Amino acid sequence: MLTESVLEGNRLALARLLTQVENDSPGGRLALAELFPYTGQAHLIGVTGAPGTGKSSLVNQLALHYRKNQDTKIAIVAVDPSSPFTGGAVLGDRVRMRDLSGDSGVFIRSMAARGSLGGIAQKTAALVQVFDAAGYGIIIIETVGAGQSEVDVARLAHTTVVVEAPGLGDDIQAIKAGILEIADVLVINKADRPGVESTERALRSALELAHPTKRVFRHHGQMLSVSAAEIDPMQWMPPINKTVATEGKGIPEVAESIAKHAAHLRQSGDWAARDRARLGSELEASLREALMDRFLENIHPEKYDKVLERVLNRDLSPSEAVNFLLNGAFPHPNPSLRSASQSPTGRGAEDEA
Amino acid sequence: MTDRKIRVLVAKPGLDGHDRGAKVVARALRDAGMEVIYTGLRQTPEMIAEAALQEDVDIVGLSILSGAHMALAPRILELLKANGQNEVKVFIGGIIPDEDMPRLKEIGISGIYGPGASTDEIIKDVREAVKP
Repeated sequence: MLTESVLEGNRLALARLLTQVENDSPGGRLALAELFPYTGQAHLIGVTGAPGTGKSSLVNQLALHYRKNQDTKIAIVAVDPSSPFTGGAVLGDRVRMRDLSGDSGVFIRSMAARGSLGGIAQKTAALVQVFDAAGYGIIIIETVGAGQSEVDVARLAHTTVVVEAPGLGDDIQAIKAGILEIADVLVINKADRPGVESTERALRSALELAHPTKRVFRHHGQMLSVSAAEIDPMQWMPPINKTVATEGKGIPEVAESIAKHAAHLRQSGDWAARDRARLGSELEASLREALMDRFLENIHPEKYDKVLERVLNRDLSPSEAVNFLLNGAFPHPNPSLRSASQSPTGRGAEDEA
Repeated sequence: MTDRKIRVLVAKPGLDGHDRGAKVVARALRDAGMEVIYTGLRQTPEMIAEAALQEDVDIVGLSILSGAHMALAPRILELLKANGQNEVKVFIGGIIPDEDMPRLKEIGISGIYGPGASTDEIIKDVREAVKP
């Protein structure tokens, strides 16, 4: 049985199971269900950032650091984009992780995003569960390097590391919503390059905007501002670490920031809250998929096509079509809102559909 | 099962630093809809076998221009088998003298492609080789 071999630490069985799970095969689903009780042990670390900031190099160094200092197996799930035209992909993250080969305590798996847009693939969470059950205590998830919107990783990981590099953008980039808000730890990589100070300044001011300082009024009317974290130890202020990943500089400090964040999560109860949010959204996604499957099973394809046709003719809006498909009821919109000229095909009876 | 993507490892064993051929093949296979794991330069046979295992690939493409193919190819096949990946195919691109080809075919190399080989041919052969 594949799951037993995986639990015993067989790497070939693990590799094969990962493929089955990634392809969502019936065997993969079954194995995932069997392994699920063994999950929930690992620290999931997401690493994200724009292309070329050095995510893979940083992951390489972090994994080396953990292997030296902690007695646990490390898994790396590295996601790269799929071509939207052919569905093919070149997965090149291993190129920067060659230092890790030869260590049987490290398992690197490359993944194509397969059409998913949030920076990780649809099945990344499932692959992470397999590693978790197989006893990998630290699992690093490296996202597609797309920049400002791959926030899905924050939902999956306990700790999200956002990697920046000098010279990639001005301070407006830094205050845009999205990637910075999901950062639990910020890393400025390539810190030997010029412009590192201004990048740091921009990040720091952006962080202060996102995590506003609380102001305390003193009796002379003077204002003293105190950072939120000082007043409320339950609040986490993302630290900024500077690294030169290719040379291994600054890596212990990043690992320390990550460890502090993990401790903070456990202390504040956020660890459980994040688990709940993650599994909740996973449950929701599975439910959505299952409901969709069941719905499509029970509907006559011809009926579906006809409704789609009417949507194409601008005769039904998508939301009206959904109402019609789910409730069978023909929608009766307010006729005054839609004159005959706007709806040249006419709005006939249900049997016209 | 949803469509099973063909997973290919493209690796460059040995010490020569010319990876253009490997990149051209990687890209062509990608454009044919395959998922190509690219390992980069100067990989040892052990590194390649380990990557093939972790990535659970169907086939491994080796780019060898150094003339060391008669040492590297059998060693990689041996390591794949030792890891239990008996069914994983291996093909070679590079400079392979004619007289070495029979021996390489004999030990189980599924395809050999020299300069001027068309990527269409490689794609077709890869698809054929990984058929269950």
